[in-house]
Amino acid sequence: MTAVITVPSSLDDLSFEHVLEQLAAQPADARVIVDARHCTFASPYGLTALLTLAQSRSERPTFLPPEDQDKVTYWARAGFFRYAEDLYDVQGTVPRPRTTRESDVLLELTPVVKSDDVHTVVERIKDKATQILTNRLHLISRATMGFTMALSEACQNIVEHAGRGGWVMVQVYQYRKRLGGRLAVVIAVCDAGVGFRRSLESSPRRPLTDRWDDGFALETAVVNGVSRYAEAGRGQGLKGIRGYVHRWEGKLSVRSGTARIALVPPWDDDVPRRDNLPPFPGAQLQITIPEKSAA
Amino acid sequence: MRIDIGSVLRVSANLPYADLVTRSTGAAVRRCIEAEIAGVGDDDVVTLDFTHIGMMDYSCADEVVAKLLLDLARRGARPSSLVFHGITDAHLEAIEDVLLHHGLALVVHFADGAARLVGAVSEDERVIWQLVHSRGSAHVEDLAREVARESAELMIVLEALLDRRLLRRDGPTFAPFGAVS
Repeated sequence: MTAVITVPSSLDDLSFEHVLEQLAAQPADARVIVDARHCTFASPYGLTALLTLAQSRSERPTFLPPEDQDKVTYWARAGFFRYAEDLYDVQGTVPRPRTTRESDVLLELTPVVKSDDVHTVVERIKDKATQILTNRLHLISRATMGFTMALSEACQNIVEHAGRGGWVMVQVYQYRKRLGGRLAVVIAVCDAGVGFRRSLESSPRRPLTDRWDDGFALETAVVNGVSRYAEAGRGQGLKGIRGYVHRWEGKLSVRSGTARIALVPPWDDDVPRRDNLPPFPGAQLQITIPEKSAA
Repeated sequence: MRIDIGSVLRVSANLPYADLVTRSTGAAVRRCIEAEIAGVGDDDVVTLDFTHIGMMDYSCADEVVAKLLLDLARRGARPSSLVFHGITDAHLEAIEDVLLHHGLALVVHFADGAARLVGAVSEDERVIWQLVHSRGSAHVEDLAREVARESAELMIVLEALLDRRLLRRDGPTFAPFGAVS
């Protein structure tokens, strides 16, 4: 039997949960069709998470691209079909992207498997990131450096902990609803690897508690900076990301397994922790850094 | 002794990059630095020159800065002092972060010639270090007069800075480690 998974018209980190709710009702080896025909917006998180969704299935899923030509062209420019075609049976013809230079995609979908890939990401993004963060988001030079560092550390989590490759994407948006029209730069890093709980369970550093679950594991790693490695300097990457996000009034959310935690700035109304979400392997991280407020 | 970290990255470690990112890159660079300074004497100053390095992330700084200092101290193989030269904003955040995490401190020289004591130091240590640095070298009595404190009290701070190799003895005076031309 084949199940149809409907992609919401607006696909971001929160609405992706609707995709996972539908998926949770299916056995792991069920054949699924991911139907994005009516999707009119997809954030970097949405696109990277759709790729990891396919990775998580034992049966190769089918993918129905957006019907709107502008949208499907954007997905192609973002590099989605370049990787989706290896993971999904993509139905119909999709456009071949010519260039991404004039778009607000700071970094199109880029695979992260090994340490060299992190260097590639940093080399590709740092000049453009400096230009956009300084000229359009009006952040000072130190903020642009921290941005590239946060991106590097987020990607390294895949290399060091996931046990399989993932993707990263970075884009600039205008946040009409939450930020009163201000711009924000969004980093999404998603993988379908072992996730935080299993990663920590492989280490004696795992806290011994009856409350041990995905949410506790996320708090242990993201909030308390505990890594599965015993060395004293480990776990600083996520701590550094958290500090950077806090300093520039940004938002950080990390989902793993059945839980999600968020560092929520005053301009957002997300909740700090959600438990009992539909299960999904690996870790999905999103960082949002807003334009400096005029006040 | 002066070590060009850009050259270490691209030649010795054979990594074709301009930035110090990822833990594995940091570990490779640290091993090369350790090999280069293995024969350095106790009184030598080793200058690590970051002029040709783009940016540095936390993981790499943990390997290249913190682990290097900790490993050298553990093996008793540390030269008289390590000075970090050519530091910019692109390096400083990660360096400060890992130094604070490990309770370490360093003297860094910026590209414009300015020097700063960074990492885990008390406000007292920072003020006295700055005073010595601005004077070039100084007797404890002169320093005590300038800050209107007892010499014995000041000596405790200076000895602590000496122990951590953040200042050096120059005959009867205390002096900073010189800037690199």
